[in-house]
Amino acid sequence: MIKPYGDTLDDGKVQLSFTLPVPWSEAADEAARQLVVKMGFADVQVAEGRAIAENFSFFVVYAATPQSIDFESLAVPSVKTHKMSMEEIDALLEERVGRRVRVAGACIGTDAHTVGIDAILNMKGYQGDYGLERYKMFETFNLGSQVSVEDLVRFTKEKKIDALLASQVVTQKGSDVKNFTALVELLEADGLRDNVILCCGGPRMTSLLATELGYDAGFGRGTLPSEVAAFIATRMPHRAG
Amino acid sequence: MQIQIDLNAVARCRKSAAAIADPVQAFVERHSTVSVERSILRLLGVDGVGPNDTPVPNVIVESLDAAELAAGVAIPFGRALVETGLEPRELGERLANGGAVLAQFKSVSQEAARRAIIASARAAFDRILARRGERNDLMHERPQLPPPLLYMIVASGNIYEDRTAAVAAAEAGAQIIAVIRSTGQSLLDFVPYGPTTEGFGGTYATQANFAIVREALDEASRRLGRYVMLTNYASGLCMPEIAAMAALERLDMLLNDSMYGILFRDINMKRTFVDQHFSRKLNAASGIIINTGEDNYLTTADAVEQAPAVLASQFINEELAHRAGMPGRQIGLGDAYEIDPNLEDGFLFEVAQAQLARQIFPDSPLKYMPPTKHMTGDIFKGHLIDAMFNLTSVMTGQTIHLCGILTEAIHTPFLGDRALSLENARYVMRTARHFGDDVIPKPGGRIERRAADVLSECEVLLERVAARGLMASIKAGVFADVKRSPDGGRGFDGVFERAPDYWNPFEELLS
Repeated sequence: MIKPYGDTLDDGKVQLSFTLPVPWSEAADEAARQLVVKMGFADVQVAEGRAIAENFSFFVVYAATPQSIDFESLAVPSVKTHKMSMEEIDALLEERVGRRVRVAGACIGTDAHTVGIDAILNMKGYQGDYGLERYKMFETFNLGSQVSVEDLVRFTKEKKIDALLASQVVTQKGSDVKNFTALVELLEADGLRDNVILCCGGPRMTSLLATELGYDAGFGRGTLPSEVAAFIATRMPHRAG
Repeated sequence: MQIQIDLNAVARCRKSAAAIADPVQAFVERHSTVSVERSILRLLGVDGVGPNDTPVPNVIVESLDAAELAAGVAIPFGRALVETGLEPRELGERLANGGAVLAQFKSVSQEAARRAIIASARAAFDRILARRGERNDLMHERPQLPPPLLYMIVASGNIYEDRTAAVAAAEAGAQIIAVIRSTGQSLLDFVPYGPTTEGFGGTYATQANFAIVREALDEASRRLGRYVMLTNYASGLCMPEIAAMAALERLDMLLNDSMYGILFRDINMKRTFVDQHFSRKLNAASGIIINTGEDNYLTTADAVEQAPAVLASQFINEELAHRAGMPGRQIGLGDAYEIDPNLEDGFLFEVAQAQLARQIFPDSPLKYMPPTKHMTGDIFKGHLIDAMFNLTSVMTGQTIHLCGILTEAIHTPFLGDRALSLENARYVMRTARHFGDDVIPKPGGRIERRAADVLSECEVLLERVAARGLMASIKAGVFADVKRSPDGGRGFDGVFERAPDYWNPFEELLS
């Protein structure tokens, strides 16, 4: 069993900070303290409480949690394959698949922020790691921003796409999850879900969330193109015969 | 602070920028767009929505066939004004609701139509000048704190929440408030109508939303004894319309770049060049300071490599803004603090770039954007990087300072995040207020050498673009590695060649 570590094993110490919609006063400090007690914390100390606007106060609170987690019993999937270079990935695909793998990527829904999908697909890549366009064995289609899931599914069917990358940068009010879910549902309805390697990406994406949404993999902030490329390459079915 | 820079190289860069602007300007003068025509109607007083929530200016412009549109919307609308005797707003509503069509007024003489339009256009122009005068008076009575002016974004999707956040940010020290637009608005070929209560990643720019936040900030300005500025985005497919609305609602700044939409939103380049020109003419008259979008080169590619492209874009933006009649003091050229924090001496490179811009564009209220690309979930590290950005800004004399927020990589800022960000900026700028006055970078040292390298690479880049032409250069992917064709992208179908009798009543008034 594990608990947060402050300066002693199992002391359970955490830091919290939050805003309350009231002008600052001693009573506001007390409200902050009681709130954190209500959250189930013990040993609550309001380290800082002050006005940040006429009708808002900000608090920094230290407290101890009585909760713990059975770390050994956790099963969390990881999509990280061992690191492979562009040359290794191309060689693997040449040997296993024997043709260029068709990858389509898009920013779905109303999202106009292509920075994530561009970093993975564009020739230039990200942080010195080349994008999929540069790989010999990938044929890439970057559909850009604001692609409706209907259009993306139609495109997948028409171009016989092998791997689909859906990106969502805007996460406000869960719009990313809504769009990701709509894509899976439509692929399933069209009987295409099992024909594609389906990946999603965005600043808050994790493997766990991706699995819950019904994707094969999810890639979060800081993902390198070669990580996505390696995942696709290792999931591509071997060629027949 | 002063560094040695090669002033001859700067002069050569400006010469190249002028050579780049010439053919663009020639193209602009021969063309108009549906958005320019709609902004003419909006300035005349047309507003509201017709069936299916289509804005009235869209309904009217779309009712003209290509041959009619080539002469501009002003004369046909003027004929209808004469014949019906209605005010522009009422006439617009009648046209939008099918109570009349422009084609039925063809018998009215062109001269009479022109006179009717000139009267309305003069009134509109006077309204713009009055709002400008109002701003001058307010800023005189309640002066801003000295620059860097702390700029804060609000973006909840609900304009009434935005209003609360805007006032709280002003109370916490913000001097400029930007209401971030709903994601994707740049790609809409119309301006939504009325107050917004649900948006994604931001809140639609509408004239009603402008008025709601303006009123709240005016009230806050009175209470705080300092003028709080309001800004929005004249980018995308509706640049001139947003500029018109902003002029009428006394916004103080607008994001307005000559190439951003082309490169980063795949908006057609001809559309953008024509639209940016007319929107900037309006901004020049309304006294609005434009903010250009060079920071985007740095967020999509390596910041050290892209530094010359940033400077080149600043020269081009400056030149095109001058051609629209904007003086240097209204041209807020952009830059950003986006160098990888793991790079040794990255801070020195940032200082070099910021100081270079400061000296090359001495009148420009430079706009400095915070780190975004290298911000992570580690908010503590993020807050430190923001502090270094704040230091760079105050020591190099930047003017418009977009406050970096520690939770940049996580979520749309919480109210408390904004307060922490403003405290960071105020602390650093107070404790280092005159640092820039007292330090002299070592002659020939790392900062000067870096500035010299960026300038000389920029010069080469501008020469290349001038030789090839701006449109062909964008097609070849010279900027940000993005390739766009002259007839591709969104909004190209809204660009048209002016007929010999084309008339835009505001062009004369604004010149």
